[in-house]
Amino acid sequence: MAGTLVFLEHHEGELTKGSLGVLGKAAQVFGDVAGVVAGSRVRETASRAGTFGASVVWVADDERLAAPLPQPRVDVVAKLVRDEGFENVLFAQSVLAADVAAGVAMRLGAGLNWDLVELSSDGVGTSPALADSVNVRVGWTGVPRLAVFRSGTFDPVESDGAADVRDAAVELEDFSELAVMVEQAHAEQQGPSIEDADVIVAGGRGLGGPENFSLCEELAKALGGAVGATRAVVDAGWYPYSAQVGQTGKTVSPKLYVAVGISGAIQHKVGMQGSGVIVAINKDRNAPIFEFADLGVVGDLHTIVPQLTELVRARRGT
Amino acid sequence: MKIAVCVKAVPDAAGGRRIDPSTNRLDRSGELALSDFDSYAVEEALRLVEADGGEVVVVSMGPERAADAVRKTLAMGADRAVLVSDEALAGSDLLGTANALAGVLEREQPDLVLFGQQSADGGGACLWAAVADRLRRPAISQVSELKVDGGSLTGKRQTEFGYDTISAPLPAVVAVSDAINTPRYPSLKGIMGAKKKPQETLAAGDVGGASEARTTVLGLDPPKGRGEARIVEDEASAADQIVEFLAEARLL
Amino acid sequence: MSVRPSEFPPPWSASEAFAGPTDPLDERIEVGVAIVGAGPAGLAAAIRLGQLMEEDPATAERLGEVPVAVLEKGKAPGAHLLSGAVVNPRGLQLLFRGRRRVDEMPFAGRVEAESVLFLTQRHAYRVPTPPTMVNDRNYVASLSQLGGWLASEAEELGVTVLPETVGAKLLVDGGRVVGVRTGDRGRGRRGEALANFESGSDVKAQVTILAEGTQGHLTGAALSRFGLAGENPQVWALGVKEVWQVPRPLTRVIHTMGWPLRARGKYREFGGSFVYPVGEDMVTIGMVVGLDYRDTALSVHDLLQELKTHPRIRQVLEGGKRVQWGAKTIPEGGFVALPRRFHAPGLLLCGDGVGLVNVPALKGIHYAVESGRLAAEAAWRSFARGASLREALSTYDDAVRSSFIWSDLREVRNMRQAFGRGFYLGAAVAGAMTASKGRFPPGDSRTERDAEQSLVTTRRASSYPAPDGELTFDKLSSVFASGNRTRDDQPNHIRVQRRVPREIAELWAHMCPAQVYELGEAHADGTVEVQLAPSNCVQCGAITAKGGRLTPPESGSGPEYTVT
Repeated sequence: MAGTLVFLEHHEGELTKGSLGVLGKAAQVFGDVAGVVAGSRVRETASRAGTFGASVVWVADDERLAAPLPQPRVDVVAKLVRDEGFENVLFAQSVLAADVAAGVAMRLGAGLNWDLVELSSDGVGTSPALADSVNVRVGWTGVPRLAVFRSGTFDPVESDGAADVRDAAVELEDFSELAVMVEQAHAEQQGPSIEDADVIVAGGRGLGGPENFSLCEELAKALGGAVGATRAVVDAGWYPYSAQVGQTGKTVSPKLYVAVGISGAIQHKVGMQGSGVIVAINKDRNAPIFEFADLGVVGDLHTIVPQLTELVRARRGT
Repeated sequence: MKIAVCVKAVPDAAGGRRIDPSTNRLDRSGELALSDFDSYAVEEALRLVEADGGEVVVVSMGPERAADAVRKTLAMGADRAVLVSDEALAGSDLLGTANALAGVLEREQPDLVLFGQQSADGGGACLWAAVADRLRRPAISQVSELKVDGGSLTGKRQTEFGYDTISAPLPAVVAVSDAINTPRYPSLKGIMGAKKKPQETLAAGDVGGASEARTTVLGLDPPKGRGEARIVEDEASAADQIVEFLAEARLL
Repeated sequence: MSVRPSEFPPPWSASEAFAGPTDPLDERIEVGVAIVGAGPAGLAAAIRLGQLMEEDPATAERLGEVPVAVLEKGKAPGAHLLSGAVVNPRGLQLLFRGRRRVDEMPFAGRVEAESVLFLTQRHAYRVPTPPTMVNDRNYVASLSQLGGWLASEAEELGVTVLPETVGAKLLVDGGRVVGVRTGDRGRGRRGEALANFESGSDVKAQVTILAEGTQGHLTGAALSRFGLAGENPQVWALGVKEVWQVPRPLTRVIHTMGWPLRARGKYREFGGSFVYPVGEDMVTIGMVVGLDYRDTALSVHDLLQELKTHPRIRQVLEGGKRVQWGAKTIPEGGFVALPRRFHAPGLLLCGDGVGLVNVPALKGIHYAVESGRLAAEAAWRSFARGASLREALSTYDDAVRSSFIWSDLREVRNMRQAFGRGFYLGAAVAGAMTASKGRFPPGDSRTERDAEQSLVTTRRASSYPAPDGELTFDKLSSVFASGNRTRDDQPNHIRVQRRVPREIAELWAHMCPAQVYELGEAHADGTVEVQLAPSNCVQCGAITAKGGRLTPPESGSGPEYTVT
């Protein structure tokens, strides 16, 4: 399985955590891996890939790559893969990376598997399906093998390695430059939206009343997350429908889901069962949620949640 | 302006259980319905054409029974539909599907191609990016606001870092997010008129043929399962235990 | 102090179900015959009309560009259809007149053997099958599947089937029904128009056929408005059923009586259960209880769960998996509760909506099909050159009264009412009725409305099994298993008084299989607030029998049955 290339995304001078995570995984599975960074004035940023597992990092440094648009990157990556004969090309899911991966797949006539949470050295990927109720084993029929990994699956592993920095050619197709960045995102978000959040603190009827949603809001803020709600409390007018998680609301899969005063009826469960870690706080020992939570806390949320918020704030300095 | 909307008919979440009359056994082949995400793309196309005139053509690839699901788009107001339906294309991978759709789009020559943000059953590979590369046209995804002015468009793209504003000349390919609009319900008149609208079916040969899949499904495994839950019943130390648990899980 | 649900009538008036046509001419939709309900009655009517159109194209032209339209409130034909069911094929055979053979119909299998069991908590005693319940030559079927098939048969004959279309109001002009107004879509919880609000449409038709099934919304309003109701009020039973995939095929149709229902007359617990094989690998099991029961703690859903724990029943389901759940009411008044007329100007009424059910035989589907067929023929007559609409539609009543529907129901007319006096006494009277072919007892027994029964409260809820998620299930996960994913942000469609004595609230909370009603804040005077979760509703209709009123929610809401 020679030749693995990892697409490394960057934002405001830093390589993104997600793509560094994939880089670390690739290094662990394949040994020698290369990264590719495309942008303008990114050499220095790119070189840091060495401490996260890359033995080589290809840099496409060009003014025309300044804006984070996918199509010029398709040109760069496709040419690099052809020229260097990479057999595996890996991406960490993001809006940009997914577009690049699909474009490269078409350009090279290559197979693309996405939403992977695992990849073996013999070319077998694992992808959860059907609201994470089953795992699908997928493969490729030829090379190169393109893979997009589910957001946040791997954590970066830092070492004291260094990468050999090389220049990647930047030859753009005429149509690649037609999309133009008029204004790039720069505003700090208020807080993540419920769909993007890594952490969700959700409240249910156990809160007792709408005023108690502040408990969830404080904890969410301390954790850097968003607030969710069950159908019952939205029906009762305690929280807006935009926060409703469940069968008739949103389906979410954050890394951490804290369910506060939520019984765990199936209508709610199907909206959040794909979450990485589920912590449930409920005073009813028999609540169904304790059957699928990772950590179940039986007790009074009015006591526990504020204490938890304090401790989290202290630890995170938030 | 001619707008092509690429849609997919996917298994209906609740439907899909029926008794197969030939075997008297539970049959899982199921009903197909228009993917929810695609309704936003159809709605956006209808709005653009209602404002500036033009035609909305719906393009899809799927088995023959997908025609009913696709008819919903005609009931919403689309003008006609093209379905690529061929045994040879069953189980196509990303490129197989992208190439078939691109084959239709090359015939139709639309000014704008719209996609919904992800397939309700496929978890979201970026068909639009592959199609745009094949058509050699600009593509913008995750668009939550779209304006078309003469021969160009401007889209607000939602990324992890906020909103970008991107512009591109037509013809272009755009994937819209579910934040862009609220899809209309088809009116009764629309539903009843849908059957009269042209629905064309093409075979693989009409769109460049089928190709070998480049990816495979090797098997299904049960999910890892969460394992035994840890239960904490001591209220006094609960908060501490939660923090410890989160720290161990590297979430704090 | 015992209260009755009828003392707390719902905030609803029949006039809400009527309107004059309002759409401007260019937005109007004109059809020849509008049929409300894609169930066996409505689709039989549609199919018969389709056949008549084929045979007589000249007359067919007079029905216009859209000759027949069937409006169905569920997501698809079959989505709201639920029954046992063991079907007498006679109705369908008459309808298809040899064009379709029984072996082409989506039946799950012939009834090969059957037993009637009297259950106690631990034992099952075989009792001789009452003659009214003999089922040889009948077929087990999923009514939902049958509906789906009938809809495609209708479409092949040129009928337009419109799913996700509620018949919200009858259009009336000059005392005559001239069509149906469909329901609005895209309203929020407070009735406000949302971004994608789509108002309903006027569907004008020369003849409107109501085939809405049990507790039909427009049917109930029409019976009242046009003075069609008979002397005796209708009464209902509530059926809750499940469909299971099982490893060992069941080889017989089973009906049970007795446990877990109470036999003493004072409780008025009339009903029983059924267990039917559905093909090789499925079984359907259901509990049916008359809604004239008095115990506020009675929950048909939980009685079904309890029933499954009986050793004889448990063994049928062992190793299996529940695949679907649902609930629906059944009209049980029989012959004495039929309307005095089945038509009004421009309007024909069919099926369960007007109570065409043979309770002792547990059959209604073939009557629905036959009534639909006869309605189609009457409607068709009104399109003949020079025909009088009034005369044509009145032939429907004559046809129904000369049909096997009438003679069958007449024969068993007092049987349900007799069971109101307790199982043992009822069984004896019922036996005598059968033996005398309906001549004993003489006269008609009075029926009382379900909502007029006084209430008692027992502690039976403590014997309901705790749901284990494998054999027994709670209501919420059952609602999920009905395929219900109703949009939450829409107006509440349940009409009940929101502050009632505790007993009434408890009655509703236990009664409702979908957990729509919950007790809220308690007041000092013994009343409580009634909290609603309307999006759980599977539109069974029980609330209408017991003091409230079910109205149709937004089109497409409710269960998505496929194998019930």
